Amino acid sequence: MTTVTKEAHVPAPRGEGDAGAFLSVRDLYVHFDTEDGTVKAVDGLSFDLERGQTLGIVGESGSGKSVTNLSILGLHNPRTTEVSGEILLDGQELTGAREKTLESLRGNKMAMIFQDPLTALSPYYTVGRQIGEPYRKHRGASKRETRERTIEMLDKVGIPNAKQRVDDYPHQFSGGMRQRAMIAMALICDPDLLIADEPTTALDVTVQAQILDLLKDLQQEFGSAIVFITHDLGVIANVADDILVMYGGRAVERGSVREVLRAPQHPYTWGLLSSMPRLGGDVNEALSPIHGTPPSLLSPPPGCAFHPRCGFVDEVAGGLSCSADRPVLPAGRGAACHLTAEQQSTFFIEQIKPRLG
Amino acid sequence: MLRFLIRRSLGAVVILLIISAVTFFLFYAVPRDPAMLACGKNCTPDSLAVIRKNMGIDEPIPVQYWHFMVGIVAGRTFAQGDCPAPCFGYSFANQDPVWETILDRFPTTVSLTLGGAAVFLFIGLGAGMIAAWKKGTIIDKAFSSFSLVLSSMQIYFIGPLVLALVVYNMELLDQPKYVPLTQDPGGWFMGLLIPWCVVQIIFTANYTRLSRSSLIEQLQEDHVRTARAKGMSSRYVFFRYAWRGSLIPIVTIFGVDLGSLFGGAMITEWTFSLPGLGTLAVKSVQNTDLPMVMGVMLFAATFIILFNIIVDAAYAFIDPRVRLS
Repeated sequence: MTTVTKEAHVPAPRGEGDAGAFLSVRDLYVHFDTEDGTVKAVDGLSFDLERGQTLGIVGESGSGKSVTNLSILGLHNPRTTEVSGEILLDGQELTGAREKTLESLRGNKMAMIFQDPLTALSPYYTVGRQIGEPYRKHRGASKRETRERTIEMLDKVGIPNAKQRVDDYPHQFSGGMRQRAMIAMALICDPDLLIADEPTTALDVTVQAQILDLLKDLQQEFGSAIVFITHDLGVIANVADDILVMYGGRAVERGSVREVLRAPQHPYTWGLLSSMPRLGGDVNEALSPIHGTPPSLLSPPPGCAFHPRCGFVDEVAGGLSCSADRPVLPAGRGAACHLTAEQQSTFFIEQIKPRLG
Repeated sequence: MLRFLIRRSLGAVVILLIISAVTFFLFYAVPRDPAMLACGKNCTPDSLAVIRKNMGIDEPIPVQYWHFMVGIVAGRTFAQGDCPAPCFGYSFANQDPVWETILDRFPTTVSLTLGGAAVFLFIGLGAGMIAAWKKGTIIDKAFSSFSLVLSSMQIYFIGPLVLALVVYNMELLDQPKYVPLTQDPGGWFMGLLIPWCVVQIIFTANYTRLSRSSLIEQLQEDHVRTARAKGMSSRYVFFRYAWRGSLIPIVTIFGVDLGSLFGGAMITEWTFSLPGLGTLAVKSVQNTDLPMVMGVMLFAATFIILFNIIVDAAYAFIDPRVRLS
């Protein structure tokens, strides 16, 4: 009995010469050519993710969070998109990898759950067929094996009566069930990396909580690494181990969930937190949204991309200018901001925290 | 499905009634008297009255319409003889029974239509598919420009041009003609080859563009991206996911096109002097031949409506969402 417990605590052995994390993104740039110019959707992004961990990527629409993850899977349009930098999955380089290589990894070693389960499933084929397709392709399973596995997966994600429902079409499923089916589809080959792109945004709140619980349970069972993309900090607090806050195609703050939510350092993160309604809050108290609009990625503001919307620009000292000098995101816990650590902590405690209640 | 068919058939009858009434009364709105035409130069009031009576146009127009409609359902008796249902009467111009003339002309039109449709579906969908697959490349641009040029062509221009080149100048083929398929399959094929190639030109261009744009739209759908995210190959995703969805607008247009072609490809038939329903319709209008005009008109309208119903039923096979709702 004791030995079993001991073994369970031994960390998984790392591969030979494996210096990096399981998923390691280094200096990722994703640029689109459009008629109006080059869109810098992702502009020098780096992050790491270990097996069994969940990274939450937070940001407004157009902050580059979805694009980042589409480029990990290689689902961008190669004709108009330029991806540079390094994406290492278990030591394997994905940027510039051949389409055949990516095909064999997609749905197998890395899988993705999309935002809108209504449009993300084809209306023309049964749920079972769509779930089973990657299993047949990657595992070379027979029709019968695939069907058994599909039913098993539907069962696992909590679809009642899986044996019958496997032959239903997506429109016969409710929104929550469709998202469960999507999850079954993503997990059918036990992927090591699961990217969930706002998987609960299109669902109502009770279903949201169920889906989040399901993802957590399945992660424990399969040990996958999860990248969880959302704009909802409430959801992130629930599922993630680490948080990466993105703004204008760059990471502006990084840390563990506890660190980022308890003591956020970047004024943009403060803005995100202040614009979130609280369950116990006063109904008449207005939310304080972040003023202005997200930056144009065609011509992002020079210096810190957030400076036109930031209320603390004048506080920066030491000869640095938010509109000219680009702040650097330090490795590990930190924020890409010119404010000193003391300033960040003082402003947050004195000005922001009281409003959060 | 049965309820659907019954409801649509009843609707079809109403539409046909309206079409027949409009055609019938419009015919008399034109200041031409078919009896006058039949009577010739040495016409006396007496002989004119006899002709009118024989034609059945001595009665008030609503009464004539009533007799005509009853004749379709129950048959009627004319001076020329008995006319069993469905009776559209006898031609004013040459005394032929209308229904038999239509049945006689129909195989020509069907042969022309089906052959032409096979050509334009094959080339149009194929070219559209290649253009969508190679979107933005030289091939796509070439196909798109070419189809734009083709769709602005006219059959009465292309037809004689092809005839002049292929038949008279290069002498590769004989003058187009209709030989029944049952009589001589080879002759049927060779005789209709030029008309098939000419009748499809505008359709091919339209189907190329339709199939291309519909496919490109489908390729941007979320479920296509999902399929790629599962690791399915681009080819598989293209045919299984995108192509399937792109068929719906194509089937819709195809049903309408095929229905109207069955009513006679007037310009093509006229250009190549093929004895189909199209030439029949044009000639009957020229001859102020009311029974024939009515017959061809209702026959063509029936086909258009019939194909519309078939298209709606076909949706159920393509899209499971229609099947159950």
